[in-house]
Amino acid sequence: MPEMVRAQSQMPPVGLRRRITDHVMTGLAVLTVILVLAPLVAIFAYLVYKGVGSINWAFLTQTPKPVGEIGGGMANAIVGSIVILAIASVIGVPFGVGAGIYLAEFGQNRFGSTIRFTADVLNGVPSIVIGIVAWGILVRGHGFSAMAGGVALAIMMVPTICRTTEEMLRLVPQALREAAYGLGVPRWRTTLSIVLRTATSGVITGVMLAFGRVAGETAPLMFTAFGNSFWSTSINQPIAALPLQIYVYANSPYDDWHRQAWAGSFVLIVLIVGAVSAVRYVVRRGSFGTT
Amino acid sequence: MAQPAFERPDMSGSQPIEASRLAALSTNRSAPLSSASSGEVPDRLFHIAIVGCGIAVLGVLALIVYQLIAGSKLSWHAFGLKFFVDSAWDPVNERFGALPFIYGTLVSSLLALIIAVPLAVGAAVFTTEMCPKAFRGPLSFIVELLAAIPSVIYGLWAMFVLVPILSGYVQPFLATTLGWTGLFTGPQYGIGMLAAGIILAIMIIPIISSITREVLSVVPQHQREGVLALGATRWEMIRVGVLRNARAGIVGAIILGLGRALGETMAVFMVIGNRPQIAKSLFAPGYTMASVLANEFSEASGDIYLSALVQIGLALFLVTIVVNALAQLLVWTVTRGQPARGHA
Repeated sequence: MPEMVRAQSQMPPVGLRRRITDHVMTGLAVLTVILVLAPLVAIFAYLVYKGVGSINWAFLTQTPKPVGEIGGGMANAIVGSIVILAIASVIGVPFGVGAGIYLAEFGQNRFGSTIRFTADVLNGVPSIVIGIVAWGILVRGHGFSAMAGGVALAIMMVPTICRTTEEMLRLVPQALREAAYGLGVPRWRTTLSIVLRTATSGVITGVMLAFGRVAGETAPLMFTAFGNSFWSTSINQPIAALPLQIYVYANSPYDDWHRQAWAGSFVLIVLIVGAVSAVRYVVRRGSFGTT
Repeated sequence: MAQPAFERPDMSGSQPIEASRLAALSTNRSAPLSSASSGEVPDRLFHIAIVGCGIAVLGVLALIVYQLIAGSKLSWHAFGLKFFVDSAWDPVNERFGALPFIYGTLVSSLLALIIAVPLAVGAAVFTTEMCPKAFRGPLSFIVELLAAIPSVIYGLWAMFVLVPILSGYVQPFLATTLGWTGLFTGPQYGIGMLAAGIILAIMIIPIISSITREVLSVVPQHQREGVLALGATRWEMIRVGVLRNARAGIVGAIILGLGRALGETMAVFMVIGNRPQIAKSLFAPGYTMASVLANEFSEASGDIYLSALVQIGLALFLVTIVVNALAQLLVWTVTRGQPARGHA
């Protein structure tokens, strides 16, 4: 703001005390930024340092060794996480996008506002509570299963996807809809082939954000998917998941398992940051950016 | 049925892509465009499906409430409201009270807020008001990256890096300088309430900071210019022109951070020590509502034990709902209906 600075300099000189306060506050602001960034740098540096050093071929291809034995890996947990996330996406994405379409295209009424508010509230429900709910529906009386874990994560994905989809659809100009109606295109076709298609990149952003958010969730999986030291891809059986395995290994007394916990964390963060970066890349290329 | 006389619009270069898509769409249709019935049935089905998705969102909330209430019925009957003020947690004799967990949740969250709020608001002020434009994007991206780290990784880092630092350097220092307050006494294991508060603070800084930034950025530019024109220094401009206008939104951001802290599970669970006690010292281990669920739910034997745990879940749910709704309303009053971002 160079104009303002010039304007200021034409005024009577600012008192010493006020100038000192100004400098002190600027210094404090810089200090807060440093203090905010320090743990981030520390966490990332330590994660990369420990993680890269701990990853090896066995880690990526083998299942866990029996307790206390050195070696083994998290291949089953990596696959398990993918299975759970696939279940969560198959359930969560259609409902989330559908609800988002409703809010953007039909939701200008009291019912729409209610859904909007509910989605925002759901966003803040602790993940462990979602875990209890999924446990109550699918685990109680049936046993732990990959399905239950997937449902728990799906419930967490819906509100995020719903709200971002709504926002993205609202960015599509009204004229496009009117043009479609003018040509006699039915409303459903307009919504799906014109509005949703125009906003595709934005909607995908929302989906990936939700995905990234649930990919690292541990708490809701503890009593739904439960974890498993063996290969399993069945959706009716307990299944291993990367975050769960990280937690179990971190809490163990064995150095080799601590090493593997770091390796698992590194793999997890690479998956998540990879997804987020891919999204930023897609959005930058798309015609409609995010807000 | 005659094909409608529909002229394909001229598609020479300058036409926007959407128009060409539209045209292709409509000329491919075999049914007559004028027929009203062609779209009616699918339209109804589509509308039903979409409304169904919307109702599903409400349904999920209803399901959560139902499950929590039904699951905790036994415990309600056995202990009633006394559950929340009783400090006994004795699974063997089936006597349950949630007070130690409520205490642990509140103290760890408040500790986190005390540490996080000045840092988060300061960082947000710096990024929106002081920082050179070129740094703004990267800086907010980095802070948002903090939000993308899973909670279990924070926990892992806290266990192996933060806790040794606390027990080796920070706790001895606090004990000698501030030990007289009674807040920093006892064995210095590193693990305990202090570690939980610090890791929570690190985790909620991105949320508070990014929403505060959003709120600050909707303060109209002319407010800043007006205050500067009166001869204010930059700090006075920020204080009078920006922070004062954004007050409600910043409080909303803080409360949203509080909501996140109350429900945070894994990282706290891994470093708080998990002992159901109410201790004045922040060095002592504690327990939170979320971490007792994580620790004991899958091993709980006996219906009343499970029911008591679900009741803790219900209490946690209600508290976070109220806190989040309050925060949401405060942020809305400033940003006018835009949803608060920074969740992801």
